[in-house]
Formats: sequence, C-alpha cells, structure tokens
Amino acid sequence: MKTSSRKQSWRIAVPLIALLLWTVIYPNVAVIAGSFENGLGHWREFAASPADREALWTSLVISVASVFASLAIGVPLAFLLGRFEFPGRRLLRAVATLPAALPPLVGVIAFLFLYGESGLVTRAVQRALGMAEAPWRLKGIGAIVFVHAYTMYVYVFLFVSAGLERFDATLDEAASGLGASTWQRLRRVTLPLLMPAVAGSALLVFMNALGSFSAPYVFGGGLRVLSTQILASKTNGAMGLAYVETTVLALSAVAGLVLFRWLDRKRRYTLASKGGRSRRMISSRRIQILTTIASAIIVIALVLPHLMVILVSFARDGAWTTQVLPPEYTLENYRRLFTESELWKPITNSVSMALIATAANLVVCFIAAYLIVLRRFGARGLLELLVALPWAIPATAIALGLAATFNRNDLLTARVLLVGTFWILPLAYFIRDIPLVASAVESSLRQMDASLEDAARGLGASWLMTMRRVILPAARPGLIAGGLLAAVTAVGEFVASVVLYTHSNRPISMEILAQLRALAFGTAAAYSVLLIFLVLLMTLAARSFEERLA
Amino acid sequence: MTAAPRGVARSDGQEDGGVAGALALNGVTRRFGEFTAVDNVSFEVGPGELLALVGASGSGKTTTLRMAAGYETPDVGTVTLGGKDITRVPPERRGFGMVFQHYALFPHMPVEDNVAFGLEARRVSKADRLQKARAALANVGLEGAGSRAIQSLSGGEQQRVALARALVIEPRALLLDEPLSNLDPTLRHAMRDDLRAMLRRVGVPALFVTHDQEDAFAVADRIALLKAGKLLQVGTPEELYNAPASREVAAFIGRGSIVPAKDKETTATVTIGGVARDLNVTRPKGIPPHVENAFVVLRPDALELSRSPGVLAWRGRITNRRFAGGIVVYRVQLADGVSVDVESQSGDAREEDNVSISPLKGPFPLVPA
Repeated sequence: MKTSSRKQSWRIAVPLIALLLWTVIYPNVAVIAGSFENGLGHWREFAASPADREALWTSLVISVASVFASLAIGVPLAFLLGRFEFPGRRLLRAVATLPAALPPLVGVIAFLFLYGESGLVTRAVQRALGMAEAPWRLKGIGAIVFVHAYTMYVYVFLFVSAGLERFDATLDEAASGLGASTWQRLRRVTLPLLMPAVAGSALLVFMNALGSFSAPYVFGGGLRVLSTQILASKTNGAMGLAYVETTVLALSAVAGLVLFRWLDRKRRYTLASKGGRSRRMISSRRIQILTTIASAIIVIALVLPHLMVILVSFARDGAWTTQVLPPEYTLENYRRLFTESELWKPITNSVSMALIATAANLVVCFIAAYLIVLRRFGARGLLELLVALPWAIPATAIALGLAATFNRNDLLTARVLLVGTFWILPLAYFIRDIPLVASAVESSLRQMDASLEDAARGLGASWLMTMRRVILPAARPGLIAGGLLAAVTAVGEFVASVVLYTHSNRPISMEILAQLRALAFGTAAAYSVLLIFLVLLMTLAARSFEERLA
Repeated sequence: MTAAPRGVARSDGQEDGGVAGALALNGVTRRFGEFTAVDNVSFEVGPGELLALVGASGSGKTTTLRMAAGYETPDVGTVTLGGKDITRVPPERRGFGMVFQHYALFPHMPVEDNVAFGLEARRVSKADRLQKARAALANVGLEGAGSRAIQSLSGGEQQRVALARALVIEPRALLLDEPLSNLDPTLRHAMRDDLRAMLRRVGVPALFVTHDQEDAFAVADRIALLKAGKLLQVGTPEELYNAPASREVAAFIGRGSIVPAKDKETTATVTIGGVARDLNVTRPKGIPPHVENAFVVLRPDALELSRSPGVLAWRGRITNRRFAGGIVVYRVQLADGVSVDVESQSGDAREEDNVSISPLKGPFPLVPA
C-alpha cells in the first residue's frame, strides 16, 4: 500500500517536474549560458559600462527607498485602523487597499494625469501660486518611489493588519501588568512580534520594486534601471549584454530574498490566533478631529487616481493641453474601442491570453499542491522549490529567459519556436502566476485533515472518486482565489509583455502605452477604465461562483 | 498573617513601599452593553490569604479578576489595596503579578528575558535583573532554563515561568487566571501543592480564578462562589461544603442530591416513597427558623447502603457502580424520582440489586429554595 502510493506519486510527479524544469528552470539556464556565450566578454562589457553600473545602483536604491516609503505609510495606517476607532474609519478601511486594484501601468498613467507636468494637481498648484512653470517634475528616482509607495504600501498594510489581528491581546496585557509603559510595550512586545509581518511585506515590496518596469519606463526620463536596460539592450540587438543584465537582476532579487530571510532568521514562533482586542475610541477630541481630517485627505489621495483615469477617459484626444482639467468631454473614446477592430483586438487578446494562462495555472498548480501537501515522496522538496521560484525572479528576467529559449525549433535542445507567436505571452503569464496559484491551493489543502484521503480510500473510493469528492472540494477556495488573482494579474500584465509581445497578440497594456505615446490620453484612459472594469468583473464572477458552490 | 520577609528590596519604584495591605473589591459592577457581567460583588483578600473565585464559565469570575488587575474598570464600586482606592490606577502602575490562563509568555524572548521583563520595565540594570530572574527561576525549580525558548517548554514549565515572571517583580498582590486548567491531571495535582506553598511564602493577597472546585478546595483558604455575575457565598471550603448558603451553592459545591424537606429548625423531615426520616441539619446564617420551601443536601458520605431491607430505610435499586479507590460509589434510584450517590466500604452490591439507604448521623445542610 505504502510503496504503491509512493509509486503513484512519482507517476504524477515526473511529468509535472519535467514541465516545470522545462518552463521555469531551463529559460534561466539559457540566459546564464547566453551571458557566457563568448566567455567573459559580455560580463566585461557590463562591468565597463557606466550606464549598466548606474542602472544596477539605481535599481537597488529605488527598491530600498520603496521599502522604506511603503513601511512609512503601511505600518502607521495598519495601527491606526487596527487599534483605534474614529469617525471615518470604515471609509478609510474600505479604500485602503484600492491601489492594489490598479493594474501597474494604469497606476502610472493615473499619476501622470495627476502629478505629471501637465497633470491636474500640478497645474492647479501652478495656477494657484501664479507660477510660470510647473512646480515640480514627475521624473527620476523620487517620482518612481512616489508611485511605488502608492501601489506597494498595500502589501505592508495587509501583512501588518493581519499580524495585528492575530496578535494575542493578553501578551500586551501581561506586559502592562508587569509595569511596561505604552512605549515599552510597543518597542519590546508589539513590534518584535509583528516583525515577521513587517519583514515579509518588506521583502514583497523589495522584489516588486526591483522588478518594476512601468514606473521607471514612464517616469525615468534619462534614468537607467536594470529592467529598462534589459529591454534597451534587447531592442538594440545586444542579446549577450541583455543576458548579463538579466542574470544580474535575477541575482539581486535572490540576494534580497536571502538577506530578508537572514534578517528574519530568529523567528521560531507563530502568532496565536486569539486576537480579541477591540478597537479603542480615540479619546482626545482634538486628536480625533485631526485623525478624521487626515483620513479624509488619505481617502482623497487614494481615490483620486481612479477618478482621474475615469475623467480623462471621457476627454477628447488632443484637446487637453495647458488647462487644469480637460476642456472637452465625449463618449467617442469608448465608441471607438468597441467599434474599431484594431482597437478592439488588444481587449480580446488580453482576455483570451489571461484565460488560457489561468486555466493552465489551475491544472498544474492543483496537481503540484496536491503532491506537496498530501503526498510524501522523494522529490517533494524539489517540487516546492520549482513552484516558488518564479516569484523570486523578476518578470523581465522571466520574459528574457523565454525569449532566449523558445526562439527556434530544435528538438535536440528541447526548444520550440514560440517567440513571435500568440502562445509566448500566455506562457509568460502562466509562469509568473504559478507561485500565486500554487500557494493559494496549498493553503486550502493544508486546512484539510490529511486523514480524509485515507478515510475515503478506506471506504472503497477509487483514486479518481477521492479526487473528485474529497480533494477537489477541499482545494476549491484556493483554486478560486488563486485563479482570480492569476487572471487579474494576467489581464493587465505589462512587464513581461513589453519584452515579448508582437503586433498581433498585443495586450491592453501595450496598447495603453502606444496611445500614450501618440498623446491620445483619452483613449489610453478608456482602456485603463476598461481594464479596471475587467478586474471588477472577474472579482464578481469569482465571488458568485464561490457562493453558488458553497 | 503578615507579609513574609523579603531577601531583596522593592525594586518597582512605585509608591507604597511598605507591607502590602488587603485587596478588596467593594460593590463592583461591570456591564457590557445590556449584559451585566459582574453585579455588585464585594470581598476582601488579606495579605498571605488565598481566595479562589469559583464559578461556571460566564459567571463573571474572569471579569472580576480583570477588574482587580486593572484591565477592566468597574462601572460602579471601587477596588482598594490596603485601604487605598486604586480603581482607576492602570495595570502598569499597580505592581500586581498576574498569571494568565494561557500564560501569555512572550514568544520572541527566551525564558530569562520573559522573567526579567517586569524588572526591565522598572529600569533595573541588566546585571541585576538577570540575577533576579535566575533566582526567581530557581525558586520555581527551573534553574538553568534561562536561555531556553518558550516554545521548547512543556505546559507545566511554561506555567512555572509565568509564575516566576509574576513573582520576580515582588508584586503587591497576585492574580491567577485558571492557572491549572491547561495541565494534565497528574501534573495538575502536583502543581496544586506547589502553588499553595509558593503563594503562601510570598505573603501578599492572592486571588485566583478557577472553574474547578477541586482545585479551589486544594489551594484556597477561602472560596468566593459566583453565578451569573452575582456573588453567592464567600467562605472556607468547609463552610461552603457543610453550610451552603443557598440551594445554588449546594448544587455547585460537592456532590449530593438536593431533596425537599420539612423544616423543623434543628431537624428536618425527608420523606421518600412514604418513608419519613428526621435528619439533624445545619442552617445557613440569617435564615428564618422555619423555612417554607426547605431542601436538604444528601451527600454520598452521609448515607449508608445496606443490602438487607430495613423498616425505616429508603428502598431503591442500584443503577450505577463506580470504584473510587478504597470506596465504591453507588448511584441508587429511590422512589419519587429521587436518585442519590452513596459511598460504601464494601463493594459487594452490583448494578440492578435492590438495596436500602439510610441517613447517617449528619448533620445535613439545610438550604432555602
């Protein structure tokens, strides 16, 4: 019985591991091999290039600064909303995660419309102060970190909020009973216990900022970061250099991962899920008013980008030049989107590619999670590593790996020509979303009592029936949540797309960029609104699907 | 009893450096919305005294303890220590030692830092607090465990660390929330004795909450019984057992059947299946000499079982037999729907046997309805 089930595990695992080795590992090996194609030549070229050194340094500076900026917003906000009650709390809580709902490129163009040189806020300040020129330029490291902080503080906020919710209130009481002041309790008990949440979210921000492409691409100006350098080298045909840059980017990410794990190495405890602390009403009337005013400002700042994109989507292309607000409004942008086949194409492209990638994610990640959580066999650790790995590799590096691998038909080296075809983008989306879906399904399966499978088999159920009636229902919440996340990220995906797209399979994000370049702000915004609408639609669909099954 | 002499000077830097006085709750009431968790409760715990707050879950005992500790503020009433009103003094300024139900040990600190935490909060120098923490650990039998991680400790060891952490600050009162409920039965019995010995040595008022009357009997000097937020009775374990103030107390404390009786002041007549017996009774203080609806508590150790039919005995049938080490406890179904537990030295009788039950000399507790 034991050996036969182990044999069966291997029978399922071997094709799966082969698939993951081929799609996740092999492209990275190809990139590293490519960087050495003429010995150390490309590496010398990289080391000698001031532009590349600047790019590496700038990437690291932006990532670290984004981490601190996100912490500075996310941690206090989590404490404010988690520990205190004040007028306006519920509204602030409702919009606090809103930035996460913006596809990366949409967030960037919303900031452009608001704080760019001809943006609403910029112009309004300029007009109000009677200045001849814009009071600031949305360019350079500051601008990039600004956008990153807006979109990425949500990770910190969510992690720390969850930590605070799981925080055992009696620990705080025990500390105060032992004579510790509020400050002592914060420093010695609360913050150390929240460190895992803080470190985990900081790592997430670091990885995202390091791989971020849209903000540096749009606001960078002359600024170089690794991800944009990679695309520039590839466009110039300097593939060898692009491979070196990709390797360096991936290594930086892995180094970051190792560093954060090391910083958080001492943790041997988990927070017990007792909670029970109720939120305290802010007692001082003055502080209450200040808090309410501050949260009103935060709410406006958080909602403004969304509102701005919606507003601009109704602006006539080319009419908005020096005015604070677009002068002419029209439905023309939307009409064209739905009627002109060239403009409609990116929408069907994005939706179909996202659906294909998500379907593949669900099948592969369900099997992987099943093997990881419920089976004991030799290659379990390898499988765990394989499904987690794409998370540690910046999307630009994944994309370049695919470009280096699937660029010709060559059965001897297991290469298939996908570059230039429709299928390269669904493949890229699939790889990017493996860790997301797999971890969602894993956590669902972990909540299932492992002996349920044995119980079903003991009652005479076949393996297939056990799967259908026991395992799949247990995995369902994870499949739905993971599938939703995968579909949402895939439909707005930009970073891998910009490296791999062709005209015929261009996704919405690339079309937004093209319209932006043509200064067709209205059309770009209309696409963005449509993208937000698609995300909303998927969320609602997933929710109703879940309710119908429950 | 006065406070025990201490080897080390008070280090908490708080006022009132002298001997700790009695801890008293004076008519405290605490409401949560419409629900009254604690309703006009008063009691006093003297220095060196151990008072157990006993009650079923939801009886308000933990809320009462939390008011004594300062985590809750009573809506009505005061908390005093040595006669001084401390109702609104926050927990961090009370200088009480508290042991939480799940111990609330800081999972990110080793044992030593946990114990030294209260001294750290009092800005005791690092060398001093480590030395005191080690001494406190040795006091609870955990010498050398200072550098261990909390997660590596067993439940009993965690309990001792929690106790050491509460004792090392030389508390002015000790508060313990279900200190024994997370231990397995064997350990629990051993810890009862240890706990009582340690608490007596400290010599400050000690208040502990438990839902287990056996724990309370074993550890406490006096017991305060709570039900639905109200204090039913405060007294020594013997008083509660032998002279319960009400039917509710009798039902909660000890085993026994509560049967209706005709009150005749020093005796009461209990009639079961037509057989009337006069029993000697003890009466709770302050009730009238003739109670209309009186009840008598028939304890298992105050009844006698016989296999031969007696003329003046209550007749019944054994429904359950349980060996309890040295004695056998029988459950006997009598007439009129009355069922009693009886202890017997002899284990000859079996289930389904017909037996007769007679009351011993007593006295039997009499309670009003």
